[in-house]
Amino acid sequence: MQLTDSQRRYWRKNLVLTAALLLIWVVVTFGVSYFARALSFRFFGWPFSFWMGAQGALLVYCLIIRAYAWYMNHLDVEHDVADLADDGGH
Amino acid sequence: MAGFFGSREGERLSKQQFKAQLNQVYCWYTVGLVLFVAVLAGLERLGMPRLWIGSTFLMATIGLYAGIGIMSRTTDATEYYVAGRRVPAVYNGMATGADWMSAASFIGLAGTLYLTGYSGLAFIMGWTGGYCLVALVLAPYLRKFGQFTIPDFLGERYGGNLPRFIGVIAAILCSFTYLVAQIYGVGLITSYLTGIAFELGIFLGLGGILVCSFLGGMRAVTWTQVAQYIILVMAYLIPVIWLSAKQTGVPVPQLVYGYQLEKVTAREKQLTDDPGEQQVRALFRQRSEALANKIGHPAASLTADRLDASRKMEELKSGNASVAQVSVAARALAAMPRNEAAAVRSWSAAKATADIKSQPLNGMPPHAAQFSGDPDGTPKEKALYDSSRRNFLALVFCLMVGTAALPHILMRYYTVPSVREARQSVTWSLFFICLLYFTAPALAILVKYEIFTVLVGMPFDHLPAWINTWSKVDPTLLSVTDVNRDNILQLNEMTVGGDVIVLLTPELAGLPYVISALVAAGGLAAALSTADGLLLTIANALGHDVYYRMIDPNASTVSRVTVSKILLLVVALTAAYVAAQKPADILFLVSAAFSFAAASFFPALSLGIFWKRATGIAAVLGMVSGLGVTSYYMLTTQPWLREAFGVTSPIQLWWGIEPISAGLFGVPVGFAVIVLVSLVTRPPPQKACDLVDHVRYPDLKSL
Repeated sequence: MQLTDSQRRYWRKNLVLTAALLLIWVVVTFGVSYFARALSFRFFGWPFSFWMGAQGALLVYCLIIRAYAWYMNHLDVEHDVADLADDGGH
Repeated sequence: MAGFFGSREGERLSKQQFKAQLNQVYCWYTVGLVLFVAVLAGLERLGMPRLWIGSTFLMATIGLYAGIGIMSRTTDATEYYVAGRRVPAVYNGMATGADWMSAASFIGLAGTLYLTGYSGLAFIMGWTGGYCLVALVLAPYLRKFGQFTIPDFLGERYGGNLPRFIGVIAAILCSFTYLVAQIYGVGLITSYLTGIAFELGIFLGLGGILVCSFLGGMRAVTWTQVAQYIILVMAYLIPVIWLSAKQTGVPVPQLVYGYQLEKVTAREKQLTDDPGEQQVRALFRQRSEALANKIGHPAASLTADRLDASRKMEELKSGNASVAQVSVAARALAAMPRNEAAAVRSWSAAKATADIKSQPLNGMPPHAAQFSGDPDGTPKEKALYDSSRRNFLALVFCLMVGTAALPHILMRYYTVPSVREARQSVTWSLFFICLLYFTAPALAILVKYEIFTVLVGMPFDHLPAWINTWSKVDPTLLSVTDVNRDNILQLNEMTVGGDVIVLLTPELAGLPYVISALVAAGGLAAALSTADGLLLTIANALGHDVYYRMIDPNASTVSRVTVSKILLLVVALTAAYVAAQKPADILFLVSAAFSFAAASFFPALSLGIFWKRATGIAAVLGMVSGLGVTSYYMLTTQPWLREAFGVTSPIQLWWGIEPISAGLFGVPVGFAVIVLVSLVTRPPPQKACDLVDHVRYPDLKSL
């Protein structure tokens, strides 16, 4: 199957976005946990790294997924690859 | 009534109408649930016995799930396997939340956090962060692929029945162990709620699961899971909010528990230096030394013990001791180990307990301390610090990748109407899961605060009655003994099992029993919803992938669905039979499922989408070697598996990684094998490349 330029660009943009978001994911998860002992300054009562593990990281995960869904749903339309689901299923 | 959850005869609702109808149904359902709890609370005040309340809860919820199953019964393949692909993103998010949160999340998670503090956060991060991989790497593409199971994708993408077959094996391997654990949890909770025997509880719960998934497949399971999610989240939040309001005056535990953590940390220092605590620890140390001495001379000690016990018995008999005292002594005499080996085993177990109890804080690490050991301390402390940090990161990795590869979760994203909704649906899934995961660490700390500051230091005759109730259920869950006989409860005189923490919260918060029953019903909902999803995954892998795709491709739709239903029954009964044997180390088996899923599915699925060059033979070898490395590491390092398979070689940990994180080695091996073998084999056929393009674009308009 031959892809158009627009379709190729769509996939490249998708890859860049996925990589960028996964980088944030790695930093928030493994970066913060690795330096957990050093990052234990007080943060509203919690040691910061404890709060990150219990809440902060989870918030970032939610934002990552939300951002991806929002951006990709727009990108679909922009590059004319959106599926216009028919009304009522199937 | 059947129109609630699907198409009415001859009429198809538009997407908006369908969603509006669902909103209405679940709104009324929630109101009904609140009223039901309120009525039971009223009846409790009027003196309804606890067992009745528990039984009413059990019957009402299981009846409800069965009712939804009957209302959404179906024999249509698309309805049965993927709920007609018309589940709105929000509802699929809720259903995924219930599917995902098992008895381990609901009951076990807060307990683990209570016992291990910061280390327990590996589960919080691992079991939520995996959804980033689901959302970015798998869900939208699998939805576009749009078949029925995960082995389906492997079969189409890599060509031939071998990749599909290995996918089926891996799916069954990780889902079945997980399913056994859920059914075990169902049995425990049912027997707690109604007082019936564990085995009977299993089969009662199984009835609820079966009516639902047997009649309506994915369609019934989806709508039941939404109902179960609402129960479980309510049950989890109400007691914690109450406890938080009681302790801090603020009913938002997630915001304020940082300050409670500070108080817990201060109290930990106090308890470590408390003279009463030190005395108790010294007594346990003596006990441990005495036991070590016995283990050193088993024959002589056993004879002495026997002599002692029978002399005591004689004394009691000749004196005017009560019948109860004599029977206690007789039981002690009867419980004497039969031979030296048994004696050494029971002494070693007792010594291990005494060793834990001779440490400060009952052997629990300080709650806020990140990792054990000390990076600036002695070389030994430094090594301990390094290895605990390495294991924390490894566990997070395995849980995350495992989450993204569990077939029963991925399957849920086949049920939404479009790629667009699949992306939104993952967002909703994580949102609904986070409601509970935000709360679990708060629950652990609030309960710890309550135990450390209110219970510890209390005179024994003032202790609340529920402590006694629970130690009658199972003394390993909760028990107290006045070791130093000062009539004051010290922390180390108390044994608290992780699994009881969530169930204790309503009692600690001073809520009526009806809330305890609600919490138990929530735990039941968590276990049942996950069991439903797993059961479908296994039955569909066998019915759809093995029977339809591999044995009889000409089978009619009706016979496909019928075969799936029969297999579902067989799998459910087998799992119930295994669970009734109470297999040891069930928690390990659950965690092992994550490592297996991660090592077998993740490399093949993600490379299949992102790398056109990945070939079929490479995928097969990659899955087998990933699974092989993971199993090998577990078999040779995990004590229970070593015993089961008769491994006697000395335990050799690779870089000190615990067996629970065996996937850490399996995943990279899987990736490496697929990449290397792909590069030396013939490129995949054009058909496979076209399929990859097909899944990458939500709608690929050809030129």
